[in-house]
Amino acid sequence: MIDYFREAWLVFRSHKVRSFLTTLGIFIGVTTIIIIFTIIKSINTYIVGEFSQLGSTTIYVDKFPWVITENFFEYRNRPPITLREYQVLKRKLVGIRWISPIVNYQRKVTYRDEVLEQVMIVGSNEVYPEVGNISADVGRWFTAQEVRSARAVCVLGVQVVEELFGKEDPLGKRIKINGYPYKVIGLLEKKGKFFGFDMDKQVMIPYTSMRGYAYRWRGISIGIKIPPEMDLDAVKEEVRGIMRSARKIPPGEKDNFSINQQDMLTDFYKQITGTAYIVIFIIGGISLIVGGIGIMNIMLVSVTERTREIGIRKAVGATRSHILLQFLTESVTISSIGGILGVIAGVLLANIPLSMMKLSASVSVTTVLIGYGFSAFVGIVSGLYPAQKAARQNPVEALRYE
Amino acid sequence: MSDNPLIKIENLHKVYFLGATKVHALRGIDLSIDKNEYVAIMGPSGCGKSTLMNIIGCLDVPTVGKYWLNGKDVSQLGDNELAQIRNREIGFIFQTFNLLPRASALANVELPLIYNKTPAAKRHELAKQALEKVGLADRMHHKPNELSGGQRQRVAIARALVNNPSIILADEPTGNLDSKTGEEIMEILDNLHEQGNTIILVTHEKAIAEHAKKRIYLRDGKIVGEEELVKSEG
Repeated sequence: MIDYFREAWLVFRSHKVRSFLTTLGIFIGVTTIIIIFTIIKSINTYIVGEFSQLGSTTIYVDKFPWVITENFFEYRNRPPITLREYQVLKRKLVGIRWISPIVNYQRKVTYRDEVLEQVMIVGSNEVYPEVGNISADVGRWFTAQEVRSARAVCVLGVQVVEELFGKEDPLGKRIKINGYPYKVIGLLEKKGKFFGFDMDKQVMIPYTSMRGYAYRWRGISIGIKIPPEMDLDAVKEEVRGIMRSARKIPPGEKDNFSINQQDMLTDFYKQITGTAYIVIFIIGGISLIVGGIGIMNIMLVSVTERTREIGIRKAVGATRSHILLQFLTESVTISSIGGILGVIAGVLLANIPLSMMKLSASVSVTTVLIGYGFSAFVGIVSGLYPAQKAARQNPVEALRYE
Repeated sequence: MSDNPLIKIENLHKVYFLGATKVHALRGIDLSIDKNEYVAIMGPSGCGKSTLMNIIGCLDVPTVGKYWLNGKDVSQLGDNELAQIRNREIGFIFQTFNLLPRASALANVELPLIYNKTPAAKRHELAKQALEKVGLADRMHHKPNELSGGQRQRVAIARALVNNPSIILADEPTGNLDSKTGEEIMEILDNLHEQGNTIILVTHEKAIAEHAKKRIYLRDGKIVGEEELVKSEG
């Protein structure tokens, strides 16, 4: 077998330009596949990582579904989720301890002369650390008592601390949110960014202490974390039932609220990328087919040129399978060289847009194997017919060939 | 003629088509060649001697008739079996040398050994020995285009010898060489015969045929004469 490869390599080298041009189609095909594959895979890794921040066992009751595939206007007329509905769910859901209302709005935050505009103010309750997968790194979270009595306390995000306090210790100090004073009792752990949105530029307060917020219009979101011993789908159904009866939706009519979950985003994302994968395989496939035709063509030329060589080999005892294998090895060698170069070029080229997006390229063994495997497959398929033609030569005629 | 000839051919016919023309190349050949014979097959071009040589060399099969090689009937074998027989039993020497242009002299001589799965180390060893036998030990890494005609033919002889075949088939081995080089090649063949090899020579040159101990004349696909030489020399 080694002899076959050595022979094939010799042939490749003795026709450098021709072999390289032949393998160019394979090279381009594999490069395309690897580039797009690597980019999608890297973005995937990033997105799935981001989604996982939402927590896989937390469901969210919202006005809108996270993924809208139909007419947006159908959802626009839905009533907003209200605090009353949160109270109903909290009362009626058995065995659920982690349920939080989530109220978001952007306001100006000040400390003495320092001003920070457009800070995300999140109003919630005492169990939000569990629901929202967040915690106070320094100091403490607000208690149930503080929530009940609408105490003006707050927990600050890392960026808010940096910009308002600098090196000063913020615990116990008073900041103003939209003009109302709040006492700092805790500092959030560093969260980084969620799809570019700064998770550290936020302030958490008891929802009861929110002032100047139009609940009636904007509505809230309700986060429910399902404990590991409970069935997620069963709880979802229960939530749905409670919501429907609270809103008096008659049977047969559609829900006018949405129960969202991290899976929806990942599923939707997979759907999009699934389509992208199909497109790559079609594009890459076409260039591989063209490359394969090129290889077949050049192999046919090669077989004709080397008719006499085939005759000689047969005269000294080569069987049909020897000749078949020799020419197959040759076509696989040509396509593999294009494939290997394509994998290298693809990985290098994929790095350019990825580094511009500040993402690290995730090159997996699978990607490389897929790229190389395609080229080897094309080599075998396109070499088969010419190799068979070579193997079937009649030795007497082949030796006489000029 | 011994009871156990190396080659035994009975009533051999070969018909083939050249385009639409039917060519009756061999019309009933009977022939028997013993081990260590030195035979020349002679005749004008078109007499069927190449066809006969192809059949003896197992490159082709007869249309009608029987051919026993070493007691085995090889007249109806398939492609792959014939290839194996060629590999073991037959060493070819061609008028046009028929070496692989990209391969060194050594690699050319090794070729038959590749096809019977001789391990690489053994292959080098045997090929080197064969090249030494034809006096080309110092040229084994040269490619055919770096060798003279005579040297190329010697590489071809080494290749024919390397598997220790039963028969060495030489088809106009001096046809592409000047007469001096031709004589040198014939000397090598004479020596091989003395060492016990069976040699079949196909030629139309009288001077070349005279090296053989037995001459067979072919005309229009039939044997028209046989001549045994009893020379005192060599």
